Amino acid sequence: MDLFLDGLATAATPTNLFFAALGVLLGTAVGVLPGIGPAMSIALLLPITFSVAPESAIIMFAGIYYGGMYGGSTTSILLNTPGESSSVVTAIEGNKMAKAGRAAQALATAAIGSFVAGTIGTVLLVLLAPNVADLVVKLGSPSYFAILLLALLAVTTVLGSSKLRGFVALFLGLTIGLVGTTTGQARLTFDQPLLADGIDIVVVAVAIFAIGEALWVAAHLRRKPLEIIPVGQPWMSRADWGRSWKPWLRGTAFGFPFGALPAGGAEVPTFLSYITERRLSKHPEEFGKGAIEGVAGPEAANNASAAGTLVPLLAIGLPTTATAAIILVAFQSYGLQPGPQLFTNSGPLVWALLASLFIANTLLLVLNLPMAPLWAKLLQIPRPYLYAGILFFASLGAYSVNFQAFDLALLLAFGLLGLAMRRFAIPVLPLIVGVILGPRLEQNLSEALEISGGDVSTLWGEPVAIVVYVIIALILGALAVGALRKDPETPAPDERPLARAGSNSNGLGE
Amino acid sequence: MTIVVAFSPDPYGRAAADHAARLAHDAGEPLVLVNATKGDSYVDKRYAHDDEVAALQQRLVTEGVDVEVRRDVVLDVAEAVLAVAEEEQARLVVVGVRPRTPVGKMILGSVAQRVILDARCPVLAVKPG
Repeated sequence: MDLFLDGLATAATPTNLFFAALGVLLGTAVGVLPGIGPAMSIALLLPITFSVAPESAIIMFAGIYYGGMYGGSTTSILLNTPGESSSVVTAIEGNKMAKAGRAAQALATAAIGSFVAGTIGTVLLVLLAPNVADLVVKLGSPSYFAILLLALLAVTTVLGSSKLRGFVALFLGLTIGLVGTTTGQARLTFDQPLLADGIDIVVVAVAIFAIGEALWVAAHLRRKPLEIIPVGQPWMSRADWGRSWKPWLRGTAFGFPFGALPAGGAEVPTFLSYITERRLSKHPEEFGKGAIEGVAGPEAANNASAAGTLVPLLAIGLPTTATAAIILVAFQSYGLQPGPQLFTNSGPLVWALLASLFIANTLLLVLNLPMAPLWAKLLQIPRPYLYAGILFFASLGAYSVNFQAFDLALLLAFGLLGLAMRRFAIPVLPLIVGVILGPRLEQNLSEALEISGGDVSTLWGEPVAIVVYVIIALILGALAVGALRKDPETPAPDERPLARAGSNSNGLGE
Repeated sequence: MTIVVAFSPDPYGRAAADHAARLAHDAGEPLVLVNATKGDSYVDKRYAHDDEVAALQQRLVTEGVDVEVRRDVVLDVAEAVLAVAEEEQARLVVVGVRPRTPVGKMILGSVAQRVILDARCPVLAVKPG
């Protein structure tokens, strides 16, 4: 508790409050805009880690993450286009509510539900993360290796309609992670001295998220504008409160654990929450016509999952969503390695971050409840202006990593890869996680083998590792059974419930 | 001869449409209502909702106006209005004009101004109220 109060004191300094406010403002803005998400924004802002104190930058990034979850619902409800992949389900009932003249209530239940879920989720995070870290710190390299393997497998197979596309993305990511001479030998450097240090993850992330998206938008620039539903001040009646509070709590219960698992973030729990509310509702006839439960549950679930995501990120150093992966990169650029040692080595920073999450969550409620109609005005910005700015910051960010023009060439090359991935519906999350975790996977493998003197059996020499391998075997078994039962020639039904809303529904898992 | 009106779902565009409809009705001429968008933002408040256009068209038809609606995603809204005027050999183009701030004039162009300057036929500028 003392640690937390110290953290609160750090988070409440004017500088850090400023960065928290900036983060939630930016996060809400990018959440509102389809196609631009927290992962891209944090990737574009990574260069500020060169000049800003670590706690300020991390506090801002966490604010962006939470803010994106709030902002996405506004677009879902008013425009029937999810601002974020996590708000896809919200659009189903939310837009129907708006069309029935209940946009104000839909926005209110989304914002208040997000606040409730975010607060409960953050409390759970504060309680759980240090304990998980205490457990994880006892694990050896073999267990770590197994956990990383499981994480890679899970982010690849859980999401998306095509496992093959997931693995394509994963192996692309692992290959990019191989480039360099860190192991002593030159791998995939093509005799280029500039590639000897490897490809900076910042360049890859900015290219895939920002350049890829900008090129994709440029290729689909002119589209018929969507019909936005005008709305006033969000508010809820007593009856709406009565119908909302249970879905909020149930949504939190779905969101938090799924966020903590490497299962792609908010998409699965929001969907589960929606089906649950539809089944439990006392007003099943309203579902499909604008039931408030169908907005309250999923919106709580996506915020709780954002909090849940931070548990493995901080305690194990394991990113489960694209945004968490980029936040991990931010930690690394400060020379900090999230994981069990983080709580002992950089305790003040972690506790400041945790405390700032409560501040960010409160700020978001204050910002979003009265200002939702104002945020919706962002959607009137012409895309060329928006993406010109994004391309500018992307180039600036990539160049500032090493001050090498070569990085700009890499940026363009990976940007084209990002465009191709969007074109062929290859998910981005496995690639990014592959680039980040690939080298760590290898490092843990070689550490384990060094300690055992080359004896491979050390890999299943720890109980945790055995349990993890059993889980991996179960997943692989389930995959094999699923593949056998399904005729491989019939295409999988499109699992994206709504039309593409910017490439964010493309399995980014933000 | 045809009358072309540049429509937008705001007081200025509605004033223009109403006035053009009156002229068309009195002269017994066909009216072409143009509502175009550049389609480069997610929301364009000058692009009318389907419902509003349908309601407007319904109203004008019951008033006895021979009205045709053209709605398109185009490169340039003013060009689109001018192209329709050219194509229809319009006798008159009606536009709504709105007050603009100095800063607004600096940053944004004006569809009405472009239509007024570039049209080959007379242009009637209408203000609401």
